[in-house]
Amino acid sequence: MTVYATYNIKGGVGKTTAAVNLAHLSADGGRTLLWDLDPQGAASFLFRVKPKVKGGGKALIRGTRALDGAIKGTDFDNLDLVPADFSYRTMDLLLNAGQSGNDTGRSAKPALRIAELLRPLAADYDAVFLDCPPGISLVSENVLHAADTLLVPLIPTTLSVRTLDQFTEFIAGMAGHRPAVLAFFSMVDRRKRLHQQATRGLSAGRPGVARTAIPSLSLIEQMSVHRAPVTAFAPRSKAACAYRALWSEIRPG
Amino acid sequence: MASGLRGFVLDTEAAAASARTADDRMAAVHAALASAFTVTADRGARTGPARRRTWLDTFDWRLYRAGLALSYERARRGSRLVLEGDDGVPQATQPAPRWQPRRPRLAADLEAGPVRDRILALTSPRALLPVAAAVSTVSVSRLLNSDGKTVARLIRDDSTVTAAGHGPAAALPTRLAIAEVRGYPGQARRAARLVAGVPGVAPATQPVVKAALSALGLRPGDYSSGVDAEVTAQMPASAAVAILLLRLLDTLEANTDGVLRDIDTEFLHDLRVAVRRSRSAIKLLGDVLPEGPAEHYGAGFKWLGDLTTPTRDLDVHLLGFDATARQLLAATAADLQPFRAFLARRRAREFRRLATALRSARFRALADDWRKVLLEVRDAGIPGSRRGLTAAELAASRTARAFAKVARRGGAITPESPAESLHDLRKRCKELRYLLEFFAPLHDPAAYRKVVGDLKKLQDNLGEFQDSQVQREEIGALADAMLAEGAAPAATLLAMGEVAARLAASQAEAREQFGKRFAAFAGPAGQGHVRVLLGAAASEAAR
Ligand SMILES: Nc1ncnc2c1ncn2[C@@H]1O[C@H](COP(=O)(O)OP(=O)(O)OP(=O)(O)O)[C@@H](O)[C@H]1O
Ligand SMILES: [Mg+2]
Repeated sequence: MTVYATYNIKGGVGKTTAAVNLAHLSADGGRTLLWDLDPQGAASFLFRVKPKVKGGGKALIRGTRALDGAIKGTDFDNLDLVPADFSYRTMDLLLNAGQSGNDTGRSAKPALRIAELLRPLAADYDAVFLDCPPGISLVSENVLHAADTLLVPLIPTTLSVRTLDQFTEFIAGMAGHRPAVLAFFSMVDRRKRLHQQATRGLSAGRPGVARTAIPSLSLIEQMSVHRAPVTAFAPRSKAACAYRALWSEIRPG
Repeated sequence: MASGLRGFVLDTEAAAASARTADDRMAAVHAALASAFTVTADRGARTGPARRRTWLDTFDWRLYRAGLALSYERARRGSRLVLEGDDGVPQATQPAPRWQPRRPRLAADLEAGPVRDRILALTSPRALLPVAAAVSTVSVSRLLNSDGKTVARLIRDDSTVTAAGHGPAAALPTRLAIAEVRGYPGQARRAARLVAGVPGVAPATQPVVKAALSALGLRPGDYSSGVDAEVTAQMPASAAVAILLLRLLDTLEANTDGVLRDIDTEFLHDLRVAVRRSRSAIKLLGDVLPEGPAEHYGAGFKWLGDLTTPTRDLDVHLLGFDATARQLLAATAADLQPFRAFLARRRAREFRRLATALRSARFRALADDWRKVLLEVRDAGIPGSRRGLTAAELAASRTARAFAKVARRGGAITPESPAESLHDLRKRCKELRYLLEFFAPLHDPAAYRKVVGDLKKLQDNLGEFQDSQVQREEIGALADAMLAEGAAPAATLLAMGEVAARLAASQAEAREQFGKRFAAFAGPAGQGHVRVLLGAAASEAAR
């Protein structure tokens, strides 16, 4: 089981869009699970699954209900989803609570909780995608510990490039488990000079940045109308091709 | 991903009565589901190639009896074996490249995988044979909730089946299933309720394979190596004996083809048992049959039995080969390989001889004429001194006599008795066992189980004793033959010596155990059990 997480502190950069399309592509060859960790529930919405988990995030995080019980089948073979729940907005509190350690199956470390919850599913899935809310929180810290690979969408600006450098440095300094980092340009607008410069300047030979950039396309925006991955409702589109190219850079083997 | 399945059948009888077609009925199903869901054709659905399945089982239906159905399925994404339970839910699957389902194969020859793991012990040493084949058109509809989310699926399956891939085809009634989408069990239940409410739709009570078999007029489980003769207490003794001998003849003939095609070793084993049982029946009960024929066919069965012995003996060596090789302490399994190769060559030669005999006019005449004789006795009855004797009386007197013989001869055996006395006792035990089996329907089941259980333990002990000796002697003879052929490396002969030594040890151990086993069966308690079994008639006959 390989755990991927779409990750960026910044909001609206294409994390959810990438997670949804890549998970759909991953399901073509392997059993795949997408966990929507964002209380906004954008990924759940795109798969038409109600953003609700029985017992709420509390029962899940505390381990009184196994993650397994929250899983919903999507419309696609081999692709399951753990939906968002409104209670995830207080996830940090949930993760922190009970550090006293009297809940069942709790580890002493709140930052390892999500990794722990995923472990029993290792035999059931080949790939897990975590779709993170923006910002820095205990949730994002958990994701750093749980993920094997962080997929970081970047809007091509010099600022975002600087942020990536800082982030890569931060990961390198992490103790213990360190996820791999793969950044990719997202929402690239060919007509913007700035975007062109930034993409060219960065992807030229820089490790940790994917060769594939995801262009800004109105078809991708339409995912929220179709409520499906663009790779499913328009598999031959430019948008779908871009995600397929990105996935072929990411997927193992 | 679909997990649970709820199955339905479009009831053909009801359909005929109301003169409605399957399509009308499907329309009604869709209408019922439309009250709660949006029903759409599967987005991914193409009019792809039909689903092709072949069901496999052993000749004696071991999988069927265990509530399992094994199918081989050819598909675009590669072929696979699927093992389902009685509920039609797959329990294990594994890819099965290069499998020709028409050709029998042993589970042991399958590649490693979860299906092999599940069926190996259950089916060995029997081969998997094609039982029936189906070509199915499968179409899937999605049931959507108000968000347009798929919350269940409706699967329609129209299948045409044939017996083992040939013969006339039969169309099965359309089958429907509601497949659950993970996390939406309530919706699947709801959909199933709606489908169940449609007139002319009945819950599927049996898995497809059973429907296929009954549509083809095949009776699963119709072969068993047991005697299962349909005798009743009050029928004339001669008719009962004829019925059970006919039943044994059926078993013998049912196995002939499998022996000739060399499908697996059990065909020959079962054929031999049928021959031995027939000989014993003729010897112990033949006096109620016309005198001349009984003697004549008894000799015929001796000929047949002797013919099969060399091949069976070699089969036994080969079947136990791996276990034997694993037990070696001084020698290695590799040392024994030339022995295996030699056994296989010998077996091939002996098998050709056996096959020639089974194809001979003499064998055909034996079976055909014997059947004629038996049918005559069964239908006409035999007048004479035994007239008026019932099956129950015959069973009681002969069983009691056989038991008395076992008790007397066994009781006379001391630690100093020669091995032959135990071999002889084994034969008498076998005769007693056969008599019990022949008339099993006449006995009280609990008492029968008790007596046969103890007898079986004694037989196992005597079998171990004799077979160890016979195999050891055979290994000696085979070693001579290998030397004569120049096919005997010293390491192999040493390894064979070790195997022989182990057999000698098992024999000695069996001898040590004998007294206890015999006492358990024929001691005061055992005699009590037999008295219960045979009732009053027994004490009368014993006097
Ligand atoms: N390549 C693209 N071209 C055009 N629109 C895009 C593209 N990628 C994403 N979008 C749109 O941008 C918006 C934000 O995308 P998305 O939700 O994937 O970002 P996010 O990083 O997950 O946001 P958040 O931080 O709020 O979770 C969405 O409306 C989406 O449809
Ligand atoms: Mg998002």
